[in-house]
Formats: sequence, C-alpha cells, structure tokens
Amino acid sequence: MKLSISVAIAIAFGVIVLLGYFVDLPLLRLLTDIFLRYASILAAVALWVGLVNLFAVHWRKVKRSEKGSPYSVIVLISFGITVFIVAYFGPTAKWSLWIFNNIQIPIETSLVALLVVILVFATIRMMRKRLNWFTLVFVGAALLMLLGSAPLFGVELPLLHGPNGLRALVSQIAVAAGARGLLFGVALGTIATGLRILIGADRPYGG
Amino acid sequence: MNFTALFSVGVLGLVFVLVFLGLIVLFVVYERSHQGRPLRPIPAFDRIRREIGLAVEAGKRLHITLGRGGITGQEAGSALIGLQVLERIARTASISDKPPVATSGDGSLAILSQDTSRAVLRTTSGESQVDPSSGRLVGLTPYAYAAGTLPVILDEQVAATILAGHFGSEVALITDAAERNGSLTLAGSDNLSAQAVIFATADEPLIGEELYAAGAYLNAGPAHQASLRAQDILRWVLVGAILAGAALKLIGLL
Repeated sequence: MKLSISVAIAIAFGVIVLLGYFVDLPLLRLLTDIFLRYASILAAVALWVGLVNLFAVHWRKVKRSEKGSPYSVIVLISFGITVFIVAYFGPTAKWSLWIFNNIQIPIETSLVALLVVILVFATIRMMRKRLNWFTLVFVGAALLMLLGSAPLFGVELPLLHGPNGLRALVSQIAVAAGARGLLFGVALGTIATGLRILIGADRPYGG
Repeated sequence: MNFTALFSVGVLGLVFVLVFLGLIVLFVVYERSHQGRPLRPIPAFDRIRREIGLAVEAGKRLHITLGRGGITGQEAGSALIGLQVLERIARTASISDKPPVATSGDGSLAILSQDTSRAVLRTTSGESQVDPSSGRLVGLTPYAYAAGTLPVILDEQVAATILAGHFGSEVALITDAAERNGSLTLAGSDNLSAQAVIFATADEPLIGEELYAAGAYLNAGPAHQASLRAQDILRWVLVGAILAGAALKLIGLL
C-alpha cells in the first residue's frame, strides 16, 4: 500500500510538471513552479542529511581506526571549524571567505593542475592498451585542437589557423556533428528514463 | 502555411513525448508476449557481469559512483541510471560478504543510494537495516567529490569501479585512482567533456546513449528493453526530420 501511494504521488507530480512545460495554462504553470520550489527545498534538506552522513562515515572510520583514519580526523576538524565559522559569522563574512579563498580554491586548483598530468599519462596508456582506429582519431583530433588553440609564439600556420584552417574545419564540422549526435543519444536516453519513472516501471524512491 | 505555429516547441515536444510513451508501452506488451530481439553486444556490460562474479568470489567490494548531478536538473537522467545500475549490482552481489558501496556528490543521491541498498537487502535477505556507509556523500564541489571518492577506491579493497552519472573532467582523478589500484573501471556520463575524458582513461567507456542502455543489458525488466527499442525508432525519426528540414530549407520552403 505504501509503495502504491509513493508511486501514485510520483506519477501525479511528474505528469503535472511535464504538462506544465508544454501546455500554456496559468494554473499548470503555477503548480509546476510550486512543485519545483518544493523540490529545491527538499534538495536543500537532503544536502544537510548528506552532510550528516559524511560526518558519520568519517567519525566511524576514526572510531574503528580504519586505514586512512588520520585523514578522517582532518576532515572532521575542518568540517567542525568551517560549520562553526560560517554559522557564526555568516557565509559572506571575512573569515568564511578566507577559508574559501585560501584553502578550498588553492587545493582545487592544484587538483586541476594534477589533472593535466593525469590526462597526458592516460593518453599514453590508452595508446599502449587500446591501439585502434578510434584511438588514433581521438588522439589526432586532440593534438590538432591543442596545436590550433595554443599560442605558437605568434606564428600562424596557414593550413591550421584562421577561419578556413584545419582546426576550424574539424571543430565546426566533424566535432560539432559528432557532439550533436552524442547529445541526441543522451537526450533520448534521458527522456526514456523519465518516461519509465512516469509509468512506474523504474522506482528510485520509497525503498 | 504557418510552419512556425504548426511546429511550435510546446506542441511538437508534447507530441514527441506522447509518441515515445506510446512506443514504450507498445514494446513492453510485445516484449512480454514475444521473445525479444537480442541486443547488440556491448563488451562493457559483459565484462561487468563477469567482474561481479569474480568480486564475490574474491571477497572484494564493488564501488558505484553516481556523479555530482542532482535529481531535479537536466543531469537527473544519468544519475537515475546510476541508481538503476546500483540496484542491479547490489542484487547480483547480495550473497557477498562485502556489499557494494555507492558514493555521490549530491545529498539527494546519497539518500537514494542508501534507499536502494535497503530495498535490495529487504527483498534478498529480509533485513531492512543498511550500513549507513553503503551510500555516501563524499564532497559537494566537483574536485571535493573526486578527492572524497579516492580513499574509497584505494583503501576499501575495491575490485571494480562503475561510474554512472553526471561528471566533469574531474572524473579523470577517479579513473586514474582505480587504474593505480588495479581495479576495472566502467564509466559513462551525460556530459560530453566527461565522455571525452572517460574514453581516454576508463577500461570500459560507455559513449553517448550506451549508459542509458545499462538497465536493458543488466536485465532490469521489459520496460528497459522496450525503451531501448523506442529510442532506436525515434533516433531514425530524428535523422529523417533533420534531413527533411535541411532539404526544405535548401529549396526555400522553411
């Protein structure tokens, strides 16, 4: 019974929101707007539940002295300090922004720098493990785009640069067409996933 | 003829969705009464089925990471597919000592992943108690999410990492950790940048709509096979519409 009620609620709300996108009726638009606002509020509550889960997982790791527990201690201390400062001083206060600008941004920037190295190594690894036509086209296109985008000490290669160059030709025709094809596939898959939920075939809710 | 009014986005969109829905329902009925056409082989799904068996035998864990997209935005589709994959894998690996662990970068997804694990436990072993760490929120920004996922891969005896959801280029940090750990990576995303990175870094990349076929390949039910067939038909309809539109534009009718 409980499951039937949750399915009925999901289908009813889903149908109303979907119709609100396509049918221009003031009542439908109002209902869609209200439901989406409720969804945003619930997502914010879910965020808090998720943060409690994050804290609990690391707390348990420290209590059981599992592998990597010293890092969990750092997470817990940082978590506590950040929550206290942001709750006490406010999210846009000087100290809150100090944490953001001097701790979070530098750490994330260093991860971006690391990403470049990882991608270069991954490409070499891919060439060794999976050398086929798709890999060659992929690496060739990536190198062409890099060469075409990077400044070559002010040198412009006539075949590569410019509005009729190879880079523009590949990016505007081959890459754009390929990307649109992939996006069509993704869009069809997303609609199919939504429709399966609307007919109650998929139920990622209610246990 | 007023083509603009006839093909207004609202009307055309609603018709498209209704046709899609009709095709899915039609194919569900057909799949139930007939033995459906076999699906084209996708090596990634064969490999993950084999890997689940090996992980259960070796007493290792499977890790599913659901990305950092929410369930209310455009990226919800891939996240919901991730939950579907989690459900199928948790069910298949339910006899294992180490149940699969799910990580995500969104609060709602963390709750839903725990809910999915609980539902599988309830139907397979009659227990409703679920380990709270089986569905974890690991970080809220893209790089915090990637960094939070790494200890799960490196410290928790993970045999395979399945990435299904919304990611950005930070996905490379996760696949690289799995590679260094010697575990299999199967990955798919709705984001094109992430798909490019996944193609270069994952053992088994799922490109384009292949991620959305996961339910059909992991035997999640006739609705999944039916929606796959409906997608195939509508893809050809779209190709025809694009070509017809280009031809009409060329002769000056549009």
